[in-house]
Amino acid sequence: MTIAWPLPAALALALFLLGLLGLLTRKNLVFVLMSIEIMLNAAGLLFITAGMRWGNPDGQIMLIFVFNLAGAELALGLVLLLRLRNRLATLDGDAANLLRDTP
Amino acid sequence: MTLLWLIPFLPLLGATILGLAGPTLGHRASAIIGTASVGLAALIAITIGVQWLQRPPPGEVFTQNLWTWVNLPGLSVNISLYLDPLALLMTLVITIIGTLIHLFSTEYMQDDPGYSRFFAYLNLFVAAMLLLVLAGDLVILFVGWEGVGVCSYLLVGFWFSDPANGAAAQKSFIVTRIADIAMLAGLLLLSTQLGTLNIQAMLAAATLHWPRGGMLPELAAALLLIGGLGKSAQVPLQTWLPDAMAGPTPVSALIHAATMVTAGVYLVARTHVLFLLAPDVMRAIAIGGALTLLIAALAGLMQSDIKRVLAYSTMSQIGYMFLALGVGAWSAAMFHFLTHAVFKALLFLSAGAISMRLHHAQNIFAMGGLRDRLPAAFWAFLIGAASLAALPVVSAGFFSKEMILGDVWSAPSIALWTAGITGALLTAIYIFRAVFIVFFGPVSTEPSGAYGIRILLPLALLATAALAIGWLQTPDFLGGRTLFAQFLTASTGATPRHPIPTLITLAGCLAPITGIAIAFGLHRAGFWQAQAQQPPSPLSRLLRSGLGFDAIYDALLVKPYLWLVAVLRHDPADLISTALASAATGAHRRLRATQTGKLRRYIAWITAGSIATLAMLLFA
Repeated sequence: MTIAWPLPAALALALFLLGLLGLLTRKNLVFVLMSIEIMLNAAGLLFITAGMRWGNPDGQIMLIFVFNLAGAELALGLVLLLRLRNRLATLDGDAANLLRDTP
Repeated sequence: MTLLWLIPFLPLLGATILGLAGPTLGHRASAIIGTASVGLAALIAITIGVQWLQRPPPGEVFTQNLWTWVNLPGLSVNISLYLDPLALLMTLVITIIGTLIHLFSTEYMQDDPGYSRFFAYLNLFVAAMLLLVLAGDLVILFVGWEGVGVCSYLLVGFWFSDPANGAAAQKSFIVTRIADIAMLAGLLLLSTQLGTLNIQAMLAAATLHWPRGGMLPELAAALLLIGGLGKSAQVPLQTWLPDAMAGPTPVSALIHAATMVTAGVYLVARTHVLFLLAPDVMRAIAIGGALTLLIAALAGLMQSDIKRVLAYSTMSQIGYMFLALGVGAWSAAMFHFLTHAVFKALLFLSAGAISMRLHHAQNIFAMGGLRDRLPAAFWAFLIGAASLAALPVVSAGFFSKEMILGDVWSAPSIALWTAGITGALLTAIYIFRAVFIVFFGPVSTEPSGAYGIRILLPLALLATAALAIGWLQTPDFLGGRTLFAQFLTASTGATPRHPIPTLITLAGCLAPITGIAIAFGLHRAGFWQAQAQQPPSPLSRLLRSGLGFDAIYDALLVKPYLWLVAVLRHDPADLISTALASAATGAHRRLRATQTGKLRRYIAWITAGSIATLAMLLFA
């Protein structure tokens, strides 16, 4: 069964833009992490779509890599979030601005 | 005569000992070392002088080669001493008067904390001066020349805790240094053009290769002359001498009256063969000398500091020597050098002796009536003043000044002679103005203390010399004796004698007497005292400042220089490198504004950057 490849590719693009939009608009770091996950999923979707398009299994292998990466990144990201919450008692990313330029 | 090298060496040794071990020696030992080193040099010089008169060496020249200093292809410099009648005369004057002044200083400087330092400097000066006059080579002469300049600096600024003295020392050093640059250029010109700096070889080569009045001899002579003008405080480089009076009085007597300031005269006389090839420069010497003697005599009329009166008189008398040099009367110039060294040292020492007893006051209006209080100083000063004013027959200054005026008249130059005779009149007025103010009238300050033998002996010896030494060379109506000119013949060549009209001789006799009479008349009328009390008129202010040369140089040279320094102190040449640095810091300041600490803004930038990169990869 073959589906025309532009459809999932468009879905991947939509997901990526959605994630990027969340990344740009959300203050809360939990949502930021979720946005990143969405963007990773978009990338994974694009990999399988490409594998399907050229009949190549490499796309699926790359998807497993992406999931691994996402899991590892999420674990680290959540640890950082906890540290930040312990330190600043907030999940606002803009509050962590000690390295800004102080005029 | 083989002991010649000891003459400059002994004072140098004294200076070394005093300079290294001075403060530990104590007053007595410092005084003995300081005076004995110069005294022994004087004894050797006198012995050589006596031998010379009995049995002069062949050619009347004695050369002592010590060692080779520089030996390069094209330039070799021997450290050698060259003794001829001219150098012998200078050596005798420097060592004998130097000894007397050292002796005077041992008492004069008695209470000074820098006692041994003073003698160390003074000995070093005598050593350098002797090296200057005995040098057989212009390079060695230049070493001595700079040596006396350094010692002059050290001694003018001897009481360095007062910034004014330090400034005076710097002024004297800097002005003479400017002249020395010209002199050094002259030496380089001579060495490159003639291939030698040995004075006699250089002079021989100059006469052989250079035409009279050519460009090269004129230039070389002019450059040497500028060096001499600076050292001898002649117009236009005379401004440092009055300020140099900030030093102790024996220093003024030795350096700024008897010896160092006449180095320019010596230089011209020593290289007179070169100057004979440059008639334009000779004319400039004569005119410059006449100008200097008039300007300095006018300035001398208005001074209220006794040492400044004497400083201007020194300038004026050296002007006479240059006037004589300018008309080619070498032996007249050297004769005036001799008498001037004696009577000016006498004047300075007696002025020092006066102010010693008046708590180091130097203002003549604070003195007055000292004739009975300080008879020794009075007679010494009076004899010196008479000699300076060229009082006929009884004073040494008369004979030398008469010789100069006679030679200038027969040069022939009526304008220069008029300047000379006017100067003689003014000289008599200003020095007897000082005599009348200081020694006559009511007593202003009561002197204290008494003189020791170390003050009185130099004064007595110098006073005797100031009375008697003129008889070495007398004008026609007093026998026409020419011992002095004959003695110098080997160095300066025979001077032709011209008959001098009686009227000219008479004018030379009358000018000083008239001057003294005018000074006395104005003293009786109370003019001099009134002059001190009234606020000075613009004219007298102008005269007192020595015709405003200081102000002119300040406006023309010092101010523009300071302006230039103010402009340059921020290094415009560094603009390129500083511009790079400031561009980097400016860019840094702008870029760090992007470091906001706002996470989402960073993300936006990253996104924008990624899109831009992709776009470039895809479409470029």
